[in-house]
Amino acid sequence: MSLRRLHHQQPASFAFSAANKARVEKEIAKYPAGRQASAVIAALWIGQEQEGWVTKPMIEAVAKMLAMPFIRVLEVATFYTMFNLEPVGKHLVQVCTTTPCWLRGSDEVVKACKKHIHEKPHTVSMDGKFTWMEVECLGACVNAPMILIDSDTYEDLDGPATEKILQSLRDGKTPKPGPQTGRRSSEPEDGPTTLKEKV
Amino acid sequence: MLADKDRIFTNLYGFQSPGLEAARKRGNWDDTKKILELGPEAIVDAIKKSGLRGRGGAGFPTGLKWSFMPKEVKERPHYLVVNADESEPGTCKDRDILRHDPHTLVEGCLVAGFAMRAHAAYIYVRGEFIREREALQRAVDEAVDAKLIGKNNIHGWNFDIHIHHGAGAYICGEETALLESLEGKKGQPRLKPPFPANVGLYGCPTTVNNVESIAVAPEIMRRGWEWFAGIGRPNNTGTKVFCISGHVNKPCNVEEAMGVPLREMIDKHAGGVRGGWDNLLAIIPGGASVPLIPKSVCDTVLMDFDALKDAQSGLGTAAVIVMDKSTDIVKAIARLSYFYKHESCGQCTPCREGTGWMWRVMTRLQRGEARVEEIDLLQEVTKEVEGHTICALGDAAAWPIQGLIRHFRPELERRIAEYRGFVTRRAAE
Repeated sequence: MSLRRLHHQQPASFAFSAANKARVEKEIAKYPAGRQASAVIAALWIGQEQEGWVTKPMIEAVAKMLAMPFIRVLEVATFYTMFNLEPVGKHLVQVCTTTPCWLRGSDEVVKACKKHIHEKPHTVSMDGKFTWMEVECLGACVNAPMILIDSDTYEDLDGPATEKILQSLRDGKTPKPGPQTGRRSSEPEDGPTTLKEKV
Repeated sequence: MLADKDRIFTNLYGFQSPGLEAARKRGNWDDTKKILELGPEAIVDAIKKSGLRGRGGAGFPTGLKWSFMPKEVKERPHYLVVNADESEPGTCKDRDILRHDPHTLVEGCLVAGFAMRAHAAYIYVRGEFIREREALQRAVDEAVDAKLIGKNNIHGWNFDIHIHHGAGAYICGEETALLESLEGKKGQPRLKPPFPANVGLYGCPTTVNNVESIAVAPEIMRRGWEWFAGIGRPNNTGTKVFCISGHVNKPCNVEEAMGVPLREMIDKHAGGVRGGWDNLLAIIPGGASVPLIPKSVCDTVLMDFDALKDAQSGLGTAAVIVMDKSTDIVKAIARLSYFYKHESCGQCTPCREGTGWMWRVMTRLQRGEARVEEIDLLQEVTKEVEGHTICALGDAAAWPIQGLIRHFRPELERRIAEYRGFVTRRAAE
């Protein structure tokens, strides 16, 4: 288990934007009547997308919207590790360091993040553009080492490739997601050994 | 080697479009109505005869699982829940199905859902799979628009598929934790019985299956169970997507026949072990939870449930993590211990306290900062955690350490001796 608590500084209020409120309502509609609590993760996701992190007023608003006790929503917010309980930089860099990525050199990726973002994880960089953290297996092990930045994965990395991606984002560009070595996805590096006629 | 014509996931690598039109050309949605016309009993029977065993790790016979659902729908609706919370370290097969071949899964949901008399399916996609969820949603929307699923579809069986997005919790891959999470709670596993087929999602009859188990079902029905049962060995039939990661020249995913020799698979598809086969130290053959096997076993072992069980390991999710001789094997396993400490849901004391304790001892063993007796103590504690928790996460945390002690005890002792020598020398100086 990891210890996760709400941030010591909280904003005064929270409200879903009209568009986001409609999105939450669409999520609620996925579940049978009376089962609106099922949408709690989705609601917190949408809230996090709007604010950048999960705040106490947001938890209160979600609880009210889904007719759940505050504690039940708080439990969910603190249990699931993708909810940021503190402010993060513009881009959230999640570095996988579990064994398959570590075997392929995730230490170098961590080093690059320390150099380009901050010595310490979970710390917003000076320019406010990044926060990095070590996370557990992200499920792209045959493309290790890899990182998840916001919604996209960057795979088959090493130190220099990581630095290049971070620099590119810092410059306001959009680096190409996926493998950084030229292969398409999870096929062997120099072309598939199977399904060759489908290429 | 499995022939391409026997491969189910023909767009595994995404060289073609994942869209409906391309999927149809690859054979998905081909006369699905004919499959449904066989009726639920016949579908369950065929899946049973095909020998398909669950692809999510435990290897429970899929057809048998489906047959546990009540034969009649009473006041409680039936649900199909698909486990796309792929989080087992080393495993990234469902990811490729979701993003490149999503129609195999969407069609599979209809076939499986019909077979268990469900009109709704929930697909639980792990939080980190954002692009994968989007790809799957596109496929579901396409299928609805083409009236393949949804209300009043061409198959004559109303069927809705909803995608539920997680938010980062390995434990939600455990079926009852997944159901809790779907209901909007913390993902903490439920005590069984009652089993989900009786009391599952919202207290209704539910079957939870892995993505791959569901996605292969339509193809088994189309080609006949005899085809699927004819691949592999008895009790270990069919094709399987393997994920080969770690110290190989060309890490990759590949769909192969069950029972393929481990060495042949690595040499043929992954370009061999880095530095040659003789440079191999050990392999974790089925995702982080299964015990490692040393090179001597890797030389000849076959990749299926029974062969790996006989080798005191397991097929698990068929995620092959290769480690060459440069690997600090103790650190590699200690990192997995950290993983389980991080992912323990905290519900059962042996797991909540044990995973942290085991990780701390593993960290000291990595440096050799321990006494030899502590190896036995660690072994004993793994046995105290194993089998004494509600779900299998406790077992999963124990097995990698047991595998390490079983095959690399001399290395652990060497480190302890080395550290002691270091300490004694320092004291003498």
